Amino acid sequence: MQDNHDSEARGRRDFLKCMAWAGAGTLWLMKGGVLHAQPLGAGVEAGARDASFSFAQISDSHIGFHKAPNMDVGATFKEALALVKKQKPAFVMHTGDLTHLSKPEQFDTLAGLVQDAGVGRVFYVPGEHDVIGDSGAEFFRRFGERQQAGGWYSFDQGGVHFVALINVLNLKAGGLGSLGTDQLAWLKNDLAGLSSETPLVIFAHMPLWSVYPQWGWGTDDSDEAMSYVRRFGSVSVLNGHIHQIQQKVEGTITFYTARSTAYPQPSPGVGPGPGPLQSVAPDALHRYIGIRDVRHVQGKDALAVTDEVLS
Amino acid sequence: MTAHHRRHVCWMWMAMLMAVIGIARPARAEDAAMLKTKIYRVEIHGFAFSPKTLSVPAGARVVWVNSDDEPHVVTSAGSLFTSSKALDTGDSFSTTFQKPGTYAYYCSIHPMMVGTIIVQ
Repeated sequence: MQDNHDSEARGRRDFLKCMAWAGAGTLWLMKGGVLHAQPLGAGVEAGARDASFSFAQISDSHIGFHKAPNMDVGATFKEALALVKKQKPAFVMHTGDLTHLSKPEQFDTLAGLVQDAGVGRVFYVPGEHDVIGDSGAEFFRRFGERQQAGGWYSFDQGGVHFVALINVLNLKAGGLGSLGTDQLAWLKNDLAGLSSETPLVIFAHMPLWSVYPQWGWGTDDSDEAMSYVRRFGSVSVLNGHIHQIQQKVEGTITFYTARSTAYPQPSPGVGPGPGPLQSVAPDALHRYIGIRDVRHVQGKDALAVTDEVLS
Repeated sequence: MTAHHRRHVCWMWMAMLMAVIGIARPARAEDAAMLKTKIYRVEIHGFAFSPKTLSVPAGARVVWVNSDDEPHVVTSAGSLFTSSKALDTGDSFSTTFQKPGTYAYYCSIHPMMVGTIIVQ
C-alpha cells in the first residue's frame, strides 16, 4: 500500500518534471471538465481561428528579486510580455507577486515595464509579497480596480464571467490563504444572477485548492467559495504562487497553477521549503518560466489553455 | 541684517545646540542600558523559526535573523508587539519584551511559519 502510494507520488513527480521540461508546445482543451492535451501545431492554429477571444496569464514577476537562479527578473518579465504581445490577447491578467518586497520603486518598475510593452489592458490581483507592511495600500493605489472596498472585483468578456479574488490579506498564524466572510458574501451575490451555462474564470494569487498545505499552498476557506460555483457547467480557477504548473479536475471545476516569469520553485515537499530553485543553471532557466494563453471558443463549454516557456 | 534678525538667528543656533545635547544624552544612556541587556537570537532558516519557542526574562531583547533566500516578516499574533519590515536575506529585526506573557508570532507572508516568545 505504502509502495503503491510512493510509486504514485514518484510517477506524479516525474510527470510534473516532464511538464516543466517539455516547455512550449502543449495546448490544453477542457471539455466538460476533462483536460485534453494536444501538441502545438495545426490544431492549435485552427483553435485560434475560431476562438472568440483569448487572454494571457502572467504571474509571480517578483520585481526586486536578484539572486540565483535569476539575477535579472526585469529582463525575463520583459521577455514574457513580448511573448504575450505576439498572441494579441484581449487582455492580460497578472496573478500576483508583482514585486518581491512591496517596495514603491518595485511597483513602479513593474508598471513601467508593462506600459513599455504595450500589451493593453492588464488585470491584477496581489500576492502576499505585494502587501507587506501596508496591507496592500501601494498595490491598490496603482493597480486596484476599485469596485469593492476589499479590492476584489468581477467583469465580463465575450460571454465569460471573470472574478478576481484576494486571498493574501488578514492571514492567520499557522493558516493558509484567506478569502474572509465579506469577500465570500460578495462572491455569492456576484454569481447569484448568472445562469449556470455562463463559463466562469476565477483567479487569485494563492491556490484555491490544497496543493500542499504544509508549504502554505492552499486557501483556508476555498471550499466555501467552490461550493458557490459547483452549479456552473465550466469553471476555470487560475492562480500563481507556486511557480510551477499543476492542475486538478474536480467535476466541472478545473484548477490550474501558473509558472512564474522570475524563477521556479521546487515540487511540493521536495526540500525544506518553497524558496527559489537555485540549482537551475542560467541557460536552463527559460525552460522553467513563462506565460499562459487562454482561448475561449464561442459556443463551446471549454477554454483552451496553452502554457509557453520563454525559450 | 537688522539687530532683530541677528538676535533671531542667534536664538535659532542656541535652540539647535540645546536640541543636539538633549538628544545625545538619553541616547548614550540607552546604549549603556542595551549593553547590560542580554540579546536572544532566533534564526529564520528553511522556512522555520529556530528555536520555535524561546523563554526569556522580562526586559530581554530578541533579535531575529533571516538567512533564507526568501523574505520573511516577523508578525505578532494579536499585534502585541510591532511587526518587522520585510526581512530580506541577512536582514535582522529586534524588539524588547518588558511585560511577562506569551507572545505568539508568525510570518505574515508564510503564515505556516509560527513561533512563540515566553517572557517570564
